[in-house]
Amino acid sequence: MGAAARLRIVYTTVHRDRVMNRDGSPPDQVPSEPPEEERDLTPVVGGWTDVAPLAAHPAHERTADEDAPLADWDRVAAMPAFRRLIARKVRFVSAATVFYVVYYFALPVSVGYFPRFMDRRVIGPVNLAYLFALSQFFMAWLLAFVYVRVAARFDGMSREVLAELDVQRGGR
Amino acid sequence: MSTPLLMFLLFIAVTLAITYWASGRSKGASAYFAASRRVTGWQNGIAVAGDYMSAASFLGIAGLIAFQGYDGFMYSVGWLVAYLTVLFVVAEPLRNAGKYTMADVLAYRLNPRPVRAMAALSTLTVSTFYMIAQMVGAGALVSLLLKGSGVTFHGAVVGVGVLMIVYVVFGGMLATTWVQIVKAVLLMGGTILLSVLVLAHFHFDLGAFFDAVTRVTYHDKGVEVTKNFLQPGLRYKPPYGALDLISLGLALILGTAGLPHILVRFYTVPDAKTARISVVWAMVLIGGFYIMTTFLGFGAATIVGRDFIDSHGGVNMSAPLLAQAVAGDVFFAFISAVAFATILAVVAGLTISASTSFAHDFYTNVIHRGTERSPGEEVRVARITAFVVGAIAIAIAIVLGPKANVAFLVGLAFAVAASANLPVIVLSLFWRRFNTAGAVSGLACGLVASIVLILLGPGVRGAERAVFPLENPGILSIPIGFLGAVVATLLTREPAAEQRYNELLVRANTGLGAERAVNG
Repeated sequence: MGAAARLRIVYTTVHRDRVMNRDGSPPDQVPSEPPEEERDLTPVVGGWTDVAPLAAHPAHERTADEDAPLADWDRVAAMPAFRRLIARKVRFVSAATVFYVVYYFALPVSVGYFPRFMDRRVIGPVNLAYLFALSQFFMAWLLAFVYVRVAARFDGMSREVLAELDVQRGGR
Repeated sequence: MSTPLLMFLLFIAVTLAITYWASGRSKGASAYFAASRRVTGWQNGIAVAGDYMSAASFLGIAGLIAFQGYDGFMYSVGWLVAYLTVLFVVAEPLRNAGKYTMADVLAYRLNPRPVRAMAALSTLTVSTFYMIAQMVGAGALVSLLLKGSGVTFHGAVVGVGVLMIVYVVFGGMLATTWVQIVKAVLLMGGTILLSVLVLAHFHFDLGAFFDAVTRVTYHDKGVEVTKNFLQPGLRYKPPYGALDLISLGLALILGTAGLPHILVRFYTVPDAKTARISVVWAMVLIGGFYIMTTFLGFGAATIVGRDFIDSHGGVNMSAPLLAQAVAGDVFFAFISAVAFATILAVVAGLTISASTSFAHDFYTNVIHRGTERSPGEEVRVARITAFVVGAIAIAIAIVLGPKANVAFLVGLAFAVAASANLPVIVLSLFWRRFNTAGAVSGLACGLVASIVLILLGPGVRGAERAVFPLENPGILSIPIGFLGAVVATLLTREPAAEQRYNELLVRANTGLGAERAVNG
């Protein structure tokens, strides 16, 4: 367990009444009122009603966990594993995008400028224009299917980046 | 009581039960705005499809194909291919780096207040225009479908408006999601059944079906004409037809990825991978649906006929009248109820995206600089906004009346989404140099260009008096949006935005620090 997580636990134990959900809403279990006779009549300061939500915490009020930046973004961005992930992703997405944009716009261009040619009957009464339009559906499905397969590799690569980051941070 | 009315009431009862169930699970911002981010992949996929397949596509496309043949089918194609843009470019980065709205991703590394203010304006514009189009359509349709049960246009508009306010105010995103799912299942079921019945009419002989489509007879200004409905060019004619088709295609494939009510759906799932899976689910449903518009539209053209549709409520009644022709009154009632469910679900989706954007982007982040002054304030503001937005939409729809030509409003929504929203989303994710001035200018240029070009176009001014010859402004307004963003960026320098690009890049691509699902 890292120092930050330990600090968080200490903080949580000491200031039970200040802890709240991430989005600033009150905690799910509000500490129950102690029975009348043993109730401490000192005014309560810092209950969830009079503390600003997390986003508004002044710097000195933040827990160590909130204060620590999630990561050194520039360093992650420079990691070879991350650079490889981005390069692969950009290569696939740009190639796929060029492909479907060209394939898609071939339809309105051919239908708009060469309506006679596109009206040629191919299978029985069905013309080229309709078949080409229909093929767009299968193109889209196929490309989506391919992307899901490829993206599973991206997921693996991004897990590697995060794992490497954890090792560097000492297993936090 | 008539059968359609009975089916309407049944659907309303089911959705109100869902809303009651969801209202207990919508405490807290993440629960209210994003259904606690615990919607599964297939659920969200169906909900995306439900949000997307509006009355414009169910009734509008069926009618367009029934009246103008092949050119109507061009919409169907674009509406599916558009999801490749959503899949490749926006769904995953948005889920990884954002919280509740489209502007979250933009505000990450840019100066949040001006960017959020502009993004909220653009979101509200798209949502309210789209909503008004749906409301007017709903009013006209419901009063037509329920003719004889005493429901008027005004009554129908108020009814739809009140229901959508109830769903959103009490049930939040969770109720909206399940209303979408119920509606999408009904819509798919109805469409499959209708398609099978159309094929049965032709004894399951596809050749005979398409043969009939090549010889559709109807009366045009009293003269009997026979046309091949598979032939392109019945709607988009020279000299500008081809350009209009290309422009339409641009608005569809770029606009979908900028529609706020679709984008917010990706915040309801636990992580980016689920967001991706849900796009694929949505594509299966949406693709299947739009292929079947072949049978709906051409079926109406051949079995019912244009003349009959014209004299029984007009182009938007094509699908319900087809149902009546192939399977009688009960099926007509069912398809009418499906159409009604479609409209209700879509307006609910629009209302929640508009109110989320106002509360989260404008109220909390622009006015109060990112702090809630009391716990739950953001959700409270969103609920009030949902109420106000609904009330305004009801009022405008009533003022416009049932005869208003609102088709251009749907085109406008897509044009604004493609010309204002998409350029800044793409540039902020992929261009390190991009900055605040560029985002504000891109949003403003795209928004103004789309509105002005639509106002000058044939949809508003009529074909003769149109200054801008195309119905779809995308081919001009999208480049204007991009240009506005790029030029303003190059004219200014914002080192802070460039420095924070690495953070956005890492977050968007690894999911590090992404919003988690909450137990609830």
